[in-house]
Amino acid sequence: MNIVVLVKLVPDLVEELNIDPSGAALDMSWLRLIINEFDDHAIEQAILLKERGGGQVTIVAPEYEGVDEVLFTAAAKGADRLIKLSGDASAGSAQVFVAANNHALARACAAVIKELQPDLVLTGVQANNDLDGPLGPTLAECLGMPYVGYISGVTVSDGKVTARKEYPGGLIAEMEVKLPAVLGIQAAEQPPRYVAVSKVRMVMKTAAIEERAADALDPSGGPAVGRMFQPEAAVHAEMITGSPDEVADKLVSIFKEAGVL
Amino acid sequence: MTTIAPVEQSIYDKILAAAPDGERLRLCLQCGNCSGICPFGYLMAYPPHRLIAYLRADRFKNVLDTDTVWMCVSCYACTEVCPSDIPLTPGLMTSAKEELLLAGNVPSELQSALEFSQRYGNPLGESPRKRADWAKDIQPEVKIMGKVRQPVDVLWFVGDYPSYHPRVQSIAKALTKVLNALGVDFGILGPEEYSDGDSQRLAGERGLFEMLAERNGMAFGKYQFNEIITTDPHAYNAIKNEYPGLGISYPIKHYTEFLAERLDQLKPLLKKEVKARVTYHDPCYLGRANEIFDQPRALLEAIPGVELVEMFHNHKNSLCCGGGGGGMWLDGFQWEKAHVRLSEWRVKEAMSEGAEILAVACPYETPRFEDAAKTVEGAGELKVKDIAELLAEAMGD
Repeated sequence: MNIVVLVKLVPDLVEELNIDPSGAALDMSWLRLIINEFDDHAIEQAILLKERGGGQVTIVAPEYEGVDEVLFTAAAKGADRLIKLSGDASAGSAQVFVAANNHALARACAAVIKELQPDLVLTGVQANNDLDGPLGPTLAECLGMPYVGYISGVTVSDGKVTARKEYPGGLIAEMEVKLPAVLGIQAAEQPPRYVAVSKVRMVMKTAAIEERAADALDPSGGPAVGRMFQPEAAVHAEMITGSPDEVADKLVSIFKEAGVL
Repeated sequence: MTTIAPVEQSIYDKILAAAPDGERLRLCLQCGNCSGICPFGYLMAYPPHRLIAYLRADRFKNVLDTDTVWMCVSCYACTEVCPSDIPLTPGLMTSAKEELLLAGNVPSELQSALEFSQRYGNPLGESPRKRADWAKDIQPEVKIMGKVRQPVDVLWFVGDYPSYHPRVQSIAKALTKVLNALGVDFGILGPEEYSDGDSQRLAGERGLFEMLAERNGMAFGKYQFNEIITTDPHAYNAIKNEYPGLGISYPIKHYTEFLAERLDQLKPLLKKEVKARVTYHDPCYLGRANEIFDQPRALLEAIPGVELVEMFHNHKNSLCCGGGGGGMWLDGFQWEKAHVRLSEWRVKEAMSEGAEILAVACPYETPRFEDAAKTVEGAGELKVKDIAELLAEAMGD
């Protein structure tokens, strides 16, 4: 089983988000990036599959500031191969991907993933900066593979995958998916494991990150951001004060005014 | 000498190397004092003496399948009573935790604290850029070394909890007031300060400890100062006893030591009476691990109105608050096993001495004991105060 996990880094919400002077994007200068939490689960699920049934796990990630550490950490957990996509160096490769939308990322990553001829592609079901929908379905379209999202458990047998898909209301479906396929992981079967710093440091000395140049990014199909802004308070709630009787009287008159009494 | 099979060799070697005198592990008499005095020994599948017996019997892998080693709060109680002077806390228990951690046997609460420490340099998961935010509104301005770029007499290593924890920040503010009143020329590292890493080390994450220590070492190396003081006994222990092994050597004092040396200057400033029956809790890493018992008491006795009484467990025999060795980040895990908190035992002891104030000198303790006072029956009126807060209070406005 050849498993590829696509990982992206997203703004770390521990730091406050600021708007760029252009007014249509995040200010990148103070932005700190962190692995998309759902992608971390996708890595864990891939390692679990490898531990259960063998195979090879390849992690693919666009270049971001701090991505090497994310890749080495995945290797320390058990990933076999690490691939980093580099963009236009003249524009600051890492900056290019932070600003890219999912349409552009999916196209760029699909080109590299196709070459790897995966049986299964896992990626996080969503991310905090998905302005144009999740990455998984768009990637599947580019790869010409089926996609199932909101997955919280995967088993493999006879070239077929059974995926547990979560629906609202506590419903769970078990779906048989033909390979190759892309799965959007909501949660791995166990929380992402801890890997000791000493292990990561050891891996850094031995593991290699392969670099692949991405084609020029094509963001077409995604929305154009007109304005980005902090949440603005528009209408304030009216606080009703007074004794219980006064409050009740006011409520009655408000309801009457609204035509519900 | 005991023959050790290859499979056990690595853990055995690690323990022998983890602490000076690790070799003394071979001298264990199996007296069981360690397991008897351990506050959570009764809940451990492998309390210290049994852990040694299993190591000798080449059955350490049995330990890896259990999780009660995580009940160890690295309080040094076992180490203190060992007749063979085996470094049980820093050697045996810490190495056992390290093996569990490498095997992936880590409670999830602890995992978050370790991941936060790696990523943000503090176990609370707060923004490193906000490390000096507690000092924002203080006048005169607290010097941040990277901003003022001038030598200071004293570099104050504030620590994680005084920097970020809302309750403990007031201790940092109180100590600022005391230092200013004494005219101490001090500065802080602010965003360049990282967690001291000692509790992470004692929770088995040696690599993380080294990473954090290296970062602090780099920051220390950038600035000029004569000595370091710290609010946190864990930072004190790390910088005094562990950092030198990594080539980071600076003179360090706990703030109670530093202030006790200036008692003559301090005393006339303590004008306001704090009329209360006060008992003092010896923090493990100030007391048992580093033998600082008198200075905190001398400071308390200098406050007019304070009547100092001792709890049953005091000095070397002090009871841990439960926060050490990773315990600070294992509250839910330990509660599930024990259905009691060590901090609650301590609050009960303070109550039985009729104390009105439980005085502490470690940043882990105020929130732990205040929480405990809420759950121990009749302890609602007990005040928990850091010595720095009591000194600031006695200085008046």
